Amino acid sequence: MRSYEKYFRMNRLPHIWCPGCGNGIVMKSIAKAAEQLGLDQDNTVIVSGIGCSSRASGYMNFDTLHTAHGRAIPFATGIKLANPKLKVIVITGDGDCTAIGGNHFIHGARRNIDLTVILFNNNIYGMTGGQASPLTPTGKKATTAPFGSVDTAFDPCELAKAAGASYIARGTAFHAKPLVDLIAQGISNNGFSLVEAITQCPISYGRRNKMGDAAGMLKWMSENAVPLAAYEKLAEEQKGDKFPIGVLYQKTAPEYSAEYAKVIKLAQGGK
Amino acid sequence: MGIEITTLKERCKGCNICAAFCPKKILAMDTLGKVYVTDEKACINCGQCELRCPDYAIYVEKKVEK
Repeated sequence: MRSYEKYFRMNRLPHIWCPGCGNGIVMKSIAKAAEQLGLDQDNTVIVSGIGCSSRASGYMNFDTLHTAHGRAIPFATGIKLANPKLKVIVITGDGDCTAIGGNHFIHGARRNIDLTVILFNNNIYGMTGGQASPLTPTGKKATTAPFGSVDTAFDPCELAKAAGASYIARGTAFHAKPLVDLIAQGISNNGFSLVEAITQCPISYGRRNKMGDAAGMLKWMSENAVPLAAYEKLAEEQKGDKFPIGVLYQKTAPEYSAEYAKVIKLAQGGK
Repeated sequence: MGIEITTLKERCKGCNICAAFCPKKILAMDTLGKVYVTDEKACINCGQCELRCPDYAIYVEKKVEK
């Protein structure tokens, strides 16, 4: 028993994720980040959509909301506007966030509303049987792409940056300790924060793409995830499958719920 | 002073991540596919198993005798 486990609904454990699934590692990182910040369980809301990752809301001992597919960010926006004092954390998956909820994702980022979106990226729709998602890399196999995906994958971090998010970070399940700090910084940021956590799906993705078991996929992360500063120094031909991790982008911008409060005041005749 | 490894078999799903990352190779899966410790004395308390266990099924702690 560890102290961060107070943020878990212990009677719900063990969770239902497959053996070796990285979601458990990321969920633990969220709990540790909550402990690091001393988040109050009564003033923190966890909102999730649909998918493997989104089941995490059911295991976390906060006020939680498990919403419609892709719609976690709209629900979270509503919660934040109804009570701007709450810390709102969105847990979503790659399909949930960038396909079904793609539009909500970019508009949440555009508004720079104070939400922390933790995107569990396993590159696949795991729960429904391994269909290709918008984050399945080109050439990787899925049940709907038996000869390899033809589509170019989104880079959710670049997408969020272009849309206007004010804090963007990427971590992996292998780099579990730095991931805690990235999530904690995201929660502390007053604005739209995206933390992309690369997780392994050994059953629906790794096995089909001959990436080995869960440990093999974690080793792949350790070999290919490069801290941003080192990544920028790599020559184009060295980049290959490598991707940057760490805090990728930060800016200060007006936060939506604060701006909206000003409008309420004006509409009520105040100055 | 010793190091104590706690395993929760009811949570373990036998994914083998802990055994793969153990630098001393003292973790293994039993016939039911649950983790067990082969040689607790060899543990160096690095915490790699606990850090990456997705099922919160293993804890390593240094016990200080009073």
